[in-house]
Amino acid sequence: MDKENIKVSETNFDNILTVSATPHIRSSETSSRIMLDVVIALVPALIAGTYFFGLRALMLVLVSVAAAVLSEFVFQKITKKESTITDLSAVVTGILVAFNVPSTLPFYMVAFGSFFAIVVVKQLFGGIGSNFMNPALAARAALMASWPKEMANFVAPGADAISTATPLSGGEAVTLMDAFIGKMPGTIGEVSAICLLIGAAYLLVRKVISIRIPLVYILSTVVFLFAFGIPANKLLDQVLYGGLILGAFFMATDYVTAPVSKKGQVIFALGCGLITAAIRMFGSLPEGVSYSILVMNVATPLIEKFTTPKAYGKGGKK
Amino acid sequence: MDSRELTFKGGVHMHDFKELTNKYSIETGPNVETVTIALHQHTGAPCEPLVKIGDEVKVGQKIGDADATITAPVHSSVSGVVKQIVEITTVSGVKTKAIVIESDGKNEIGYEPYNDDYTKLEPKEIVRRVREAGIVGLGGAGFPTHVKINKNPKDTINHVLVNGAECEPYLTGDQVTMEEYPEKVVIGLDIVMKAMGAPNGYIGIENNKPEAIKRVSEEAKKLSGIKVSVLKTKYPQGDQRRLIDSILGMKMPSSLRSTEEGVQVINSSTAAAIYDAVILGKPLYEKVVTVTGSAIANPKNLLVKVGTSLKEVLEYCGGFKEEPGKIIIGGPMMGEAQFTIDSPTLKANGGIIVMNKEEAKPPVITACIKCGKCVDVCPVYLMPLYLQQNVLNNRFEEAEKLNIMDCIECGSCSYVCPSKRPLVEAIRHGKRELRAASTKK
Repeated sequence: MDKENIKVSETNFDNILTVSATPHIRSSETSSRIMLDVVIALVPALIAGTYFFGLRALMLVLVSVAAAVLSEFVFQKITKKESTITDLSAVVTGILVAFNVPSTLPFYMVAFGSFFAIVVVKQLFGGIGSNFMNPALAARAALMASWPKEMANFVAPGADAISTATPLSGGEAVTLMDAFIGKMPGTIGEVSAICLLIGAAYLLVRKVISIRIPLVYILSTVVFLFAFGIPANKLLDQVLYGGLILGAFFMATDYVTAPVSKKGQVIFALGCGLITAAIRMFGSLPEGVSYSILVMNVATPLIEKFTTPKAYGKGGKK
Repeated sequence: MDSRELTFKGGVHMHDFKELTNKYSIETGPNVETVTIALHQHTGAPCEPLVKIGDEVKVGQKIGDADATITAPVHSSVSGVVKQIVEITTVSGVKTKAIVIESDGKNEIGYEPYNDDYTKLEPKEIVRRVREAGIVGLGGAGFPTHVKINKNPKDTINHVLVNGAECEPYLTGDQVTMEEYPEKVVIGLDIVMKAMGAPNGYIGIENNKPEAIKRVSEEAKKLSGIKVSVLKTKYPQGDQRRLIDSILGMKMPSSLRSTEEGVQVINSSTAAAIYDAVILGKPLYEKVVTVTGSAIANPKNLLVKVGTSLKEVLEYCGGFKEEPGKIIIGGPMMGEAQFTIDSPTLKANGGIIVMNKEEAKPPVITACIKCGKCVDVCPVYLMPLYLQQNVLNNRFEEAEKLNIMDCIECGSCSYVCPSKRPLVEAIRHGKRELRAASTKK
């Protein structure tokens, strides 16, 4: 405590003072911390996926993450850009790509998915923050187009690993409780609603995401499905089967590809809900979550154009 | 007292660092050998010297003035002899003449109290006294107060608001002034209400200053028409238009003067200075300055004579605990970083913040991830990320369409940005370019 203070008159001020524009203080939040939060939030679902589909599911996630990070690193080396792998966004993309595939997918296919997500969808459009659609979902779409059979090779949870269909595409119905916990066929990351919700709650508490998009998305999906003729007692199945919860909390909330204004986010989520319901009811695909989000990603600039907030005091009393 | 927490939409909750100084009462600052009084300490026209080298002056004696409407005279803060008239650059970056006065150490007072009943004064006389005392807005902007309280005959002023929000982190001068001189703040407000013929007065104080709320509320009870409004603690609560919104629920665009809608706002320390001027006859020659920050040895709320060099103020506070990295005049959100400590303090300076080397390091800027936090916090409902994008790509017209000129430069967007983007910095540049382009036309 007896440390002597530095006397002002003895301090040499030549070039020691930083001069910069306001503000002089910044919040402690960083982009990489946000990405870390997303990774943390995905861990419960990863544990569930591994539990239900075995270690192969975990291996797929690891391969996918490795491929994503490596693709980003190599691309940025080749193009002589500063490496951004430490921001953890590639890790998030890698996990999400693997979360969108069945546990039986060959490793090279998931690696291709991650490569496609990072290089084609993200880096070729300018890197983090510049992609116009969600990289993981675009990868899912690319994988569906390239290997439709492998992408639909679902297995029932447990030791038998018998190929089956997801409940959404007319597979065996599962109880609501099993669906909630995740004991049903599906992609690695989408099966366990409870684990996804635990992660989502973490993101909400950390204020990484707001409830606006997921809530409007899920509610509007339910409302539109009901309007399209799904009986009320089957609506909860529709929420729990397939990737709606994963999509609503972890994909549709992607900062880069969703509108920034509150009004825009509501319109975006409503659009996602409408398209998801329409594809599930009238499309030839069992699932509509990825395509609905991708379509709305493309509509995001337009939505933003029409939902630019009015500046303070404008349009009110003059 | 209104017990609801009043607020506006947007803004930031931030760590405010007020704990460094908010328990310290106002302490009288150093008795310096020389003061350097800048002749341009306010918005508007600079003063011309009224004294020449060798003249003897007293404390509070007017030593500079100008004929312009928007200007404020300056006064000596010591008694002594005029030594020099020099050119300086002030802490706000303004080049001006300054009068150097050598103190005789006696601090002989050169003004007298008025000894009359302020409630019987004509508005004109109030405005005259405020002008003669050289009062300027002490919230930091330094706009001459007599111009503000001189009612335009076309306007009807219904509400006078006292800004006691003090929402800038670190600063506690307004808070301790309200705690120690609540009667000055309340009567200062009453004087302005009389000058402007306004029936309603409000004192808005953020709820992180309970003692100030209590003291000011007790005083406010003694007068009629004055209410204390408890405000939610949030930056930029002390911005004039945000304050009007919080207290009165009126949303005024930046294009409108608040007086056109019948509202005037003055800072709480300005109200206390108005009391000093109109009742005690005391000109504005000293000011409470919060000297604070992680690198200062002994943080204080210091009554500093205008014209004292930053160096002497820092020395009076025990020097530095560690090597300083950045010295800011004003608050950390809107104040100005200094490159020297030789500059003299000005009337409107509310704080000297000394940050350490670590805090002074410029943040690492990464790509915008469109998180939208800047949009959420913007108190004027702009989209800072797109304003910045347009400005950095020289698309100024696009930025103008997105209402860039409405930006109040509060810095909330830059503060919250997780990618540490230079949002307000770019916006400020864009506004300058657009202003330059419109004057060329």
